[in-house]
Amino acid sequence: MQSQATYNYKVVRQFAVMTVIWGIVGMLVGVIIAAQLVWPELNVVEWLSYGRLRPLHTNAVIFAFGGCALFASAYYSVQRTCHTPLFAPRLAAFTFWGWQLVIVLAAITLPLGFTQAKEYGELEWPIDILITLVWVSYAVVFFGTIVQRKTSHIYVSNWFFGGFILTVAILHLVESAAIPVTFWPMKSYSAYAGVQDAMVQWWYGHNAVGFFLTAGFLGIMYYFVPKQANRPVYSYRLSVVHFWALIFTYMWAGPHHLHYTALPDWTQSVGMIFSLILLAPSWGGMINGIMTLSGAWHKLRDDPILKFLVTSLSFYGMSTFEGPMMSIKTVNALSHYTDWTIGHVHSGALGWVAMVSIGAIYYMIPRLFGKNEMYSVKLINTHFWISTIGVVLYIASMWIAGVMQGLMWRATNPDGTLTYSFVESVKSTYPFYMIRLLGGVLFLSGMLLMAYNMFKTIAGGKAVDAPVLAPVVGSGVLTPAAAIAHA
Amino acid sequence: MSDFVSGFWSIYITVIVLVSVIGCGVLLWSQDHARSTPGMTMGHVWDETLEEYNNPLPNWWRWMFYITVAFSLAYLALYPGLGSYAGQLNWSSRGQYDKEIADANASYDPIFDGYLKQDLIAVAADPKAREMGRSLFLTYCAQCHGSDAKGAKGFPNLTDKDWLWGGEPGQIETTILDGRSGVMPPYGGNPDAVGGETGAREIASYVRSLSGLTYDSIKASQGKERFATVCAACHGLDGKGNQALGAPNLTDKTWLYGSSEATIVETITKGRSNSMPGHRDFLGAAKVHLLAAYVVGLGGSVQPATPPAAAVTVSPGNK
Repeated sequence: MQSQATYNYKVVRQFAVMTVIWGIVGMLVGVIIAAQLVWPELNVVEWLSYGRLRPLHTNAVIFAFGGCALFASAYYSVQRTCHTPLFAPRLAAFTFWGWQLVIVLAAITLPLGFTQAKEYGELEWPIDILITLVWVSYAVVFFGTIVQRKTSHIYVSNWFFGGFILTVAILHLVESAAIPVTFWPMKSYSAYAGVQDAMVQWWYGHNAVGFFLTAGFLGIMYYFVPKQANRPVYSYRLSVVHFWALIFTYMWAGPHHLHYTALPDWTQSVGMIFSLILLAPSWGGMINGIMTLSGAWHKLRDDPILKFLVTSLSFYGMSTFEGPMMSIKTVNALSHYTDWTIGHVHSGALGWVAMVSIGAIYYMIPRLFGKNEMYSVKLINTHFWISTIGVVLYIASMWIAGVMQGLMWRATNPDGTLTYSFVESVKSTYPFYMIRLLGGVLFLSGMLLMAYNMFKTIAGGKAVDAPVLAPVVGSGVLTPAAAIAHA
Repeated sequence: MSDFVSGFWSIYITVIVLVSVIGCGVLLWSQDHARSTPGMTMGHVWDETLEEYNNPLPNWWRWMFYITVAFSLAYLALYPGLGSYAGQLNWSSRGQYDKEIADANASYDPIFDGYLKQDLIAVAADPKAREMGRSLFLTYCAQCHGSDAKGAKGFPNLTDKDWLWGGEPGQIETTILDGRSGVMPPYGGNPDAVGGETGAREIASYVRSLSGLTYDSIKASQGKERFATVCAACHGLDGKGNQALGAPNLTDKTWLYGSSEATIVETITKGRSNSMPGHRDFLGAAKVHLLAAYVVGLGGSVQPATPPAAAVTVSPGNK
């Protein structure tokens, strides 16, 4: 059943290793800015001040760490589920080097203060053009591979990767539309003005969460959870409903970032109701992932990779419940502009995005380097517990801090004056900033363990490209589960 | 005011929103009614082991989805969302804001107006009023003047006896109501008479001598003449300033921007421009009255030259 051709694992290896490296860099910057909030004296020079490092942190963890994880896992799973090597391998190589160049340029220009001042879209116009080239190449490689597939049907993980790649292309082009002024120093002006600019920003901003950080990572989930659990996906029907509902509904949710602003009331309402409708489609992914384990729950006990994957789904469920709640105007009136939002983002970013990526990387690394398992499975387990405690400390402290800030800001005396000044709310937040810093340090330490484990695995193995498998010819009709031979 | 340039766009939005919300329900309904066969797979295999069960949608999940769709339709009937249709409740964020402000004014205006009728010195002595003034100060003034009202570089200390525009209670209230704009032109507006950078350094030495700081006596004696020519117009021949112009007293120990020779040279050569915003329209006379009383109560104010009743002229207009 094997042909001579091999899967293109080289680009997967490159992206997988860089996922861990950029994860450490991005989270280290996160720890530094968390420390700057506790000790403002750490803002030593302007290049390393909070205002410059904060966009560097978000760009590094979303696009460098998350982006590399998505490239690695999409490239790995698309060729294996299509039973054909990657289409246009040289273009695939270009996506790796191009994406690394984007990251390095971001790491240089953001501390220097070059920014379009749009959240998650800070990079200036020449870098935006490079991103566009890389992204179009990514789409060509991915969809080219799909076209060349040897199976009749397209596996569900590829729906999500495909939706993510297409939509991020559109998001990036619309958000980054700007009139360039100078090449050096890089400067441009947004193509939009006023409230339209704000609406485009949050249409982009929330869809960056919905497509980059959700649809793409659901693609990871749909390949690696059933693989690691060695069980069929729970429900094809659920996949269909929640896929279409998710990618359709996310598009509308952006205005909930602009409640009680100059944005027209009707736009705010529409943003709110679609955010509420989004609850069920989001949970569809969580259910499909977790229920895939039904009949194999015992595997959770001694498989730390599965622990990462299933815990990530739990955090995904938590944050996608929290999100619709926070989009309700009256809740938002309390939560908006507080650290609750920061906690919400990190329950998604650390709990869901990072943990599902970590699980996928631990799954791939041994297979990419000719080993059966990681250098130390025990270390994966340690990593799991350190990062879980880290996430819990992080999000719990930010929840308490956020609700406290919201309540302090709105508290009034019987005479109508404010009970607390702003600075009193800052002062009260300090203990929680300390706990958050500790949570961040724990999560970062886990990533260092992962890097050690990864390099030990690589040192003990050698790069291998697995042979392309001929597809198992399925019956194409409904098959009793008992008839499936599982390893 | 409508958010739409024509009635077409309102209909356009209405149709798209309704179709989209209902479409979510229809998508769910169609898949809900597709044949499911629990325990059976779809008959496709990818990458050796990947398969899919054909399990039905979980019942609780299905109903949760339907409820959010129904809630959304109900919300759109009650609240703005369908183009220019205002919703059955006729709610708007502007309306909510106006109502909250009106309610707050109805409850709190009598309290504030009660103090507005009282003399500033009397209000400053009232512990309840001081507490309110403190809350207001921490909300509106502390950003620049500090929580302790002791100021910072460029922002005056309100607790000492040194005042740029006068420290009588009435003058303090006028400052908060209408703001102040203090401008020192570069080279006092006359670079030739100052004698360029060299002259500025000489004047700086002289100015330092006025307030008892260490100085170069040769430079200071040269600076004295230039000071009399250029600077005295505002700061006075004796350097004691002029509160009518907001020109600081240069003979005391208070320095808004710093007293080092380099800083004084910078002040002379580049000038300074500073402003305190007026709060008459923003806060209204009653809250300003409480704020002025709070500042007076900090102990830095000076005795009024004229009887207080005449000094405090407050127009009770804007709130």
